[in-house]
Parts: sequence; C-alpha cells; structure tokens
Amino acid sequence: MFISLKRVIKAGWKNFVHNIGLNSAAIFITAMVISLISFLFILAAASQILISNVQEKIDVSVYFKEDVSSENILQAKSEISGLPEVKNVSYVSKEQALEDFVQKHKDDPVLMESLTEIGYNPFLSYLNIEAEQAQNYEQIAYYLKNGEFEDLIDSVDYNQRKEVIDKVFSITSVINKIGIIFSIVLGSVAVLVIFNTIKIAIAGSGEEISTMRLVGASNWFAKGPFLIQGLIVGIGAFILAFIVILSVCWSIDIKMQSIIPSVGAFNLLVSNIWLVLLIQFLTGVCLSSASAVIAIGKYLKV
Amino acid sequence: MLCFKNIIKNYPSRSGNELAVALDDVSFEVKEKEFVSIVGKSGAGKTTLLRLAIAQESPTTGQVFFQGRDVHKIKKSQIPKLRQRIGVVFQDYKLFASKNTFENVAYIMEITGAEDKEIKRDVPQILNIVGLSSRERNFPNELSGGEKQRLAIARALIHRPEIILADEPTGNLDPYNTFGIIRLLVKIYESGTTVVLATHDREVINTLGKRVITLDGGKVVRDEERGRFVL
Repeated sequence: MFISLKRVIKAGWKNFVHNIGLNSAAIFITAMVISLISFLFILAAASQILISNVQEKIDVSVYFKEDVSSENILQAKSEISGLPEVKNVSYVSKEQALEDFVQKHKDDPVLMESLTEIGYNPFLSYLNIEAEQAQNYEQIAYYLKNGEFEDLIDSVDYNQRKEVIDKVFSITSVINKIGIIFSIVLGSVAVLVIFNTIKIAIAGSGEEISTMRLVGASNWFAKGPFLIQGLIVGIGAFILAFIVILSVCWSIDIKMQSIIPSVGAFNLLVSNIWLVLLIQFLTGVCLSSASAVIAIGKYLKV
Repeated sequence: MLCFKNIIKNYPSRSGNELAVALDDVSFEVKEKEFVSIVGKSGAGKTTLLRLAIAQESPTTGQVFFQGRDVHKIKKSQIPKLRQRIGVVFQDYKLFASKNTFENVAYIMEITGAEDKEIKRDVPQILNIVGLSSRERNFPNELSGGEKQRLAIARALIHRPEIILADEPTGNLDPYNTFGIIRLLVKIYESGTTVVLATHDREVINTLGKRVITLDGGKVVRDEERGRFVL
C-alpha cells in the first residue's frame, strides 16, 4: 500500500510539473480565498478583543438632581451596592466633580474662563457603578431609570458607550458579510480554475489513462495522480496564503497598535497560529480535493 | 486456459438500424503452454476476440473463461487483477507517450506492486532481451516501428504473465523486423508462456508450423494443429 501510494504521489507530482502554468494560476486563486478567510478570522478575533476592551471600560454614571441631598444619594448607593449585578459603587459629590474637572482641564484657559463666567458649580453629584459583567449594565441602567430612585435621578450616562459597542459590532458584521460574499465568489472561481486544470490534465492524457486500464492499472492508479495533483495545488495555496497573511499581519502590526493599542495583528496571528494554520490547510485541501474529485468523476471514466 | 464458448458479438451498424456481426458462434480453447495463431482478413474478428479476453468488451452472447473463470462475471474492481495476469501486445502499440522506454516497462511492474529494486533489476534485463538496452531513456516518438513493437512486447512480458495476446504485432513492420518479432514470440513460448498471435501475415503463419485458427466472416472456419494460412 505504501509503495503504491508513493508511486501515485510521484505520478501526481509529474502531472503538476507538466502543467505548471495552469497549476500556478490555480494555486494563486486558491491562496487568495484562503487569505481572505484567514483575514476574516483575524478580524473576528480583533473585534472580539476590541469589544471586550470597550465593555471593560464601561461604567454607569447616575447623575442626581441638583436638590438631592448627599444622605439620599448615599442611601441609594448602599441599596445599589446590594444588587447582585453590581461590583462596585463610588460616590462623587458636586464639589469633587468640580475639583476633578478643574484638575483635568487646568491648562485649558477657555474652559477655566467659562467656568468662572458661569459663577457657580454646574456639576451634579453622581454615583459611578461598575457591573460584575458587561452584559449587566443594561439591566442596572434599566433598574435605575425605573426603580425607586427614579425621581431623584437627573440622568443615567450609559447609552453613549452602548453606541460605541454597537458601532464596533455593526462595522465588523458589515466587513464579515462582505468578506463572506467575497470568499464565496472567490471560492467558486478557485473551484472552477482547479476543476479546469484537472480537466485539461485528464484530457491531455486520456489515451494513456485508457491504456493504463488495459494493462491492469487499478482505479486508484489511474485516478490517484489527478487527485494528488489537486492536493498539491491545495497545499501550495495553503503555504502561499500563510506567507501572505504572515507578511501582511507583520507589516500592519505597528500601524494597528497605534490605533488600538491592545490589538496587534501579528500578536493575534501568533496567539491563534494553530487555529489559523488549521483553517488555511482545511480550506486549501477541501477546495482543491473537492474540485479534483468533481473533475475526475465527470471526465475520467475508467 | 483461455476458452471461448459460443461467442456472438454484434455491433450496431453505422446507420444504426442493423447489427454488424463481428463474431458468430465462436468456440475454441487455448491450452496451457500452447502457441496459437488466429488468422483472418482484416475485420474477421481477431481483435474483437482478444478484446473479449481482457474484458475490454463484452460478448453479445456466450462466455469467455480464463483459468476457469468467466471473465465477464468478474467484478469491475477485480478486472485489473485479471489484466495483470495477461500480457497484451496491442496492434497500435499503446505505449505511454509521456514515459521513456524504461518507464513504459517499469509502469507494469509498478501497478503490480513490485519493489523498486526488482524494477531496477528486471527492466534492463527485459530491454536487453528485446534489444532495446541502448534506448532506455528514449521516448516512444524517438523509436522506430520495430523498436516500438519490441518495447510493446517487453511491456507485455515484464510481469511474467500466464499468457501473451499479440494483436497484429508485425502489422506495421518490414520483413526484417517482422521475423525479429516472431522469433521473440517463439522464444517467449519456448520459455513456457502461452502465446496467442492474431495476424493476417501469410508468411509468418506458414513458417511457424503451429496451431492455426482461421476466422472468416466472424466464424471459425478452420482449426488445425500444424496449420497454414489458407483463406
């Protein structure tokens, strides 16, 4: 069995070399599909990290009306702290809020001047709430807006950050959808190119194949080399796609880190290397072997 | 060893309305270690008989037995095994154009699962026997007609088949090469291999002095132990 496998592989390699031009085209187009799928995977991983980073930074700030006393706020604080979804609650008084603002913007004369112009402390006291889990924020916000403190609350600052998350979700989902459509189109083109490459190889050796059968070659001996030829295309495309994704991730890594410090393309690739390799290998091998099997079934009657 | 029993083989005619009779109730047996010539004009049914023997075609009615087994009842997956037991020299050589002389012969050993060292040992030997040692690396299109025919014989012989079926092996050759090929087939026969030679070459048959089966119009009209070419 091993010796016959070795011979079929050798014959498949000869087929590949014999038609190197067409086979290279097939490798190139398949590599494009694999690269695209790999990029989608890395994009999904990056957006996941980005979303969880944004979620970690979310907190809910509850601003109390001007006339609410600090006792009432502290009472609300102790009740909110008792909620199982809440991890931590901190109280920031009007005065503290003003001081924080001044500290933050002391070098901005326009802001400081405006503050003096107003002539009073415009800030409201607020509670800063951190949830146990990101998905709890919406529940907490809902509780605050509709619970017993409804009349004391001026505003709940949560929705603005929710928009950021939604935006990340919607951008990645649009990119994903476009990517999937492109992958399907390119995938179909790759299947067609490999299919035709094998078809041409079969047509070119049609007479030899029928002689092989007449002198006693088994199905495996007659068909195997064409399947191997397809697999070589798939493996070639896998290697090329890996080189492409490695170089692209490496070259965009610094640029990407400068935009989103926690998400480096190269690091993402390295940390998911086995999964990326598996996806690339399976895509290459599945596309090429499926095309070869269809072409062999249709054109190689033995 | 090889037995044709009441074989009828019809082909649809070109018009499609009528049937052309290629073989009409043909029965005979080739015994082990026998040299049998099948003679007849072109279109007498000689090639059809050989095609039936290797299950390349099926008879309309009748049976073909090889070593007691009906070759047309053998499972499709087992047909390669049957063909590996029979060496065929085709009328049009059927050499592999993309393989050189050595590879053409080696391919038969490869499909029968021979080890590489056996291939390296046996192929040069057989090429020496057929006088093609110096043409090992040449491709079929670089060989003369006689060389191609000798290569086809080498390929049919290499795996030591139980029987050799040679279909018009001298059809395209000059008299000098014709007798070279016939001498080779006789040598194969003398070494203990059964040989079936299909030919329409009168001179070849008359010099052989072996069993001759004559086909005419798809029928066996003569079967003689030491026959001559009579048509």
